[in-house]
Amino acid sequence: MKENQPNSLLKAVAPQKRNGSAALLLPAGVVVALFLLWWAVSYFNLFPAYSLPSPLAVAKSFKEEFTAGRMVNDIIASLWRVVVGFVLSAVLGIPLGLWLGQHLAGRQAFVPVLNFFRFLSPLAWIPFAILWFHIGDKPAIFLIFMATFFPLVLATMSAVSTIPKIYFRVAKDYHYKGSELLNKVTLPAVLPQVITALRVSYGIAWVVIVAAEMVGCQDGLGYGIWEARNGLRLDSAVCYMIIIGVLGMAMDRLLAQLSKLPNVRWGYER
Amino acid sequence: MFAGAMKDKPFASRLTLEKVSHDYSGLAVLRNLNLVVQPGEFVVLVGPSGCGKTTLLNLLSGHVLPVSGKVEREGVIRTVYQYDGLFPWLTVSENILMGLRDEQDKTRRNQELAALLELIYLQGFEKHYPHQLSGGMKQRVELARVLAGDSDILLMDEPFSALDYQTRLRMRAELVRLLENRPRTVVFVTHDIEEAAQLADRVLVLSNRPATICREFKIEAPKPRELADDAVIHAMKLILQELGLNAHAAL
Ligand SMILES: Nc1ncnc2c1ncn2[C@@H]1O[C@H](COP(=O)(O)OP(=O)(O)OP(=O)(O)O)[C@@H](O)[C@H]1O
Ligand SMILES: [Mg+2]
Repeated sequence: MKENQPNSLLKAVAPQKRNGSAALLLPAGVVVALFLLWWAVSYFNLFPAYSLPSPLAVAKSFKEEFTAGRMVNDIIASLWRVVVGFVLSAVLGIPLGLWLGQHLAGRQAFVPVLNFFRFLSPLAWIPFAILWFHIGDKPAIFLIFMATFFPLVLATMSAVSTIPKIYFRVAKDYHYKGSELLNKVTLPAVLPQVITALRVSYGIAWVVIVAAEMVGCQDGLGYGIWEARNGLRLDSAVCYMIIIGVLGMAMDRLLAQLSKLPNVRWGYER
Repeated sequence: MFAGAMKDKPFASRLTLEKVSHDYSGLAVLRNLNLVVQPGEFVVLVGPSGCGKTTLLNLLSGHVLPVSGKVEREGVIRTVYQYDGLFPWLTVSENILMGLRDEQDKTRRNQELAALLELIYLQGFEKHYPHQLSGGMKQRVELARVLAGDSDILLMDEPFSALDYQTRLRMRAELVRLLENRPRTVVFVTHDIEEAAQLADRVLVLSNRPATICREFKIEAPKPRELADDAVIHAMKLILQELGLNAHAAL
């Protein structure tokens, strides 16, 4: 009558990967096809070389940018700004969202304003960012913060207000109160949705940093593109675009690891 | 009989409803209910689906306030919820350990946890999360959680409904045995008439919505009771009759 012993817990927890090789080969095939298309277009001169750089020119400029050390410098500058702005808005936004989710009056008071700012494009703040913070890391960090803070607050808040009532009943039965209730019931109950919100707003941040660095900075990936444009070096611009896309994906992979934590899996498997 | 197991704590439990009525935005659910549950009594509620049994338990536990009437309660209450009462972010062990929060001694806590896992046949599933369990397995974890640690009153909302027949019989027997060691007041909802007859000191039959107690009777036979005991069969007949489910009324 006893249940069969599970032979491996990992097997039950990890999402099943039955077609491991296809999951790698298919996207790689698409990338290779796109690359070939690009190569063919430039080889047969379908576009003039000044409006579409050839793969070879881009490869050369990659080498150039890396040996000059400029690319690495720009990558570090952009990552630093995004991380600081993003962490700042998570550290302030998630607690505020938790609080608003639990206080109706707070929601009534703040939600319209929060929504207003959420729909205000962060790029609209550029004039103020430069006026207040001049040039360097600060205006970019400010813009990242403005871009991610409001969606994070609102997502956390709505996650809290949809926690099933029964969890709070159970919590009351077992005498969870105050900060324990917050840390052991409310927070874990919204964690899966908060992780999703973090991934979404990180995506916004990475898009915004490129635009922000075009105006308020002397370095960074966005500035690199801006400079390439000014020097009519489209090969260099393509280098930067590739780096921006790849880094964005890599960071998202990293954040996606959070959703593999065993105590949040439940939020993604229904 | 219970002196040893009950430690030195006096058995404090009181559960009364006085002229309680309840409705959900206009839908009358319970009408003018009076009920006094004696300390240590095992009361079983039966009645048609949607008549207000779960609502009645919520009124008893205080999670829902009645529209009119008075509810009085005293003692530590634990509830087996009809659905989804487990915390999905906690493992089986962690969910059960919620019931042992007051136990300071770590070895004792782990001993009791092991005993409960054995009771519900879920050894080997300690580290599983609720979404990795079947409905019946989840129900058994909820059962272990309310039985863990000390409490005076158990409210159980169809706690065995998802179990197979064999396990259900065994869980009934275990519940009777555990209550012998540590008496508690129980209010138990079920659709299983056999279960009612085997477990109850008193059966309350609820009417259709708006529900009132349309009949109640005591079953005085000592427990544990065999399924084939005369008292059990007699009680089943009475309940069936009251629900209009006996052979003559069925068609
Ligand atoms: N939160 C709620 N809001 C509005 N109506 C509700 C709510 N909970 C229950 N009801 C209504 O109250 C009535 C009684 O519900 P309840 O869950 O108490 O029934 P029940 O006797 O437990 O049924 P079952 O045997 O199917 O579990 C139902 O008609 C239901 O529609
Ligand atoms: Mg019910």
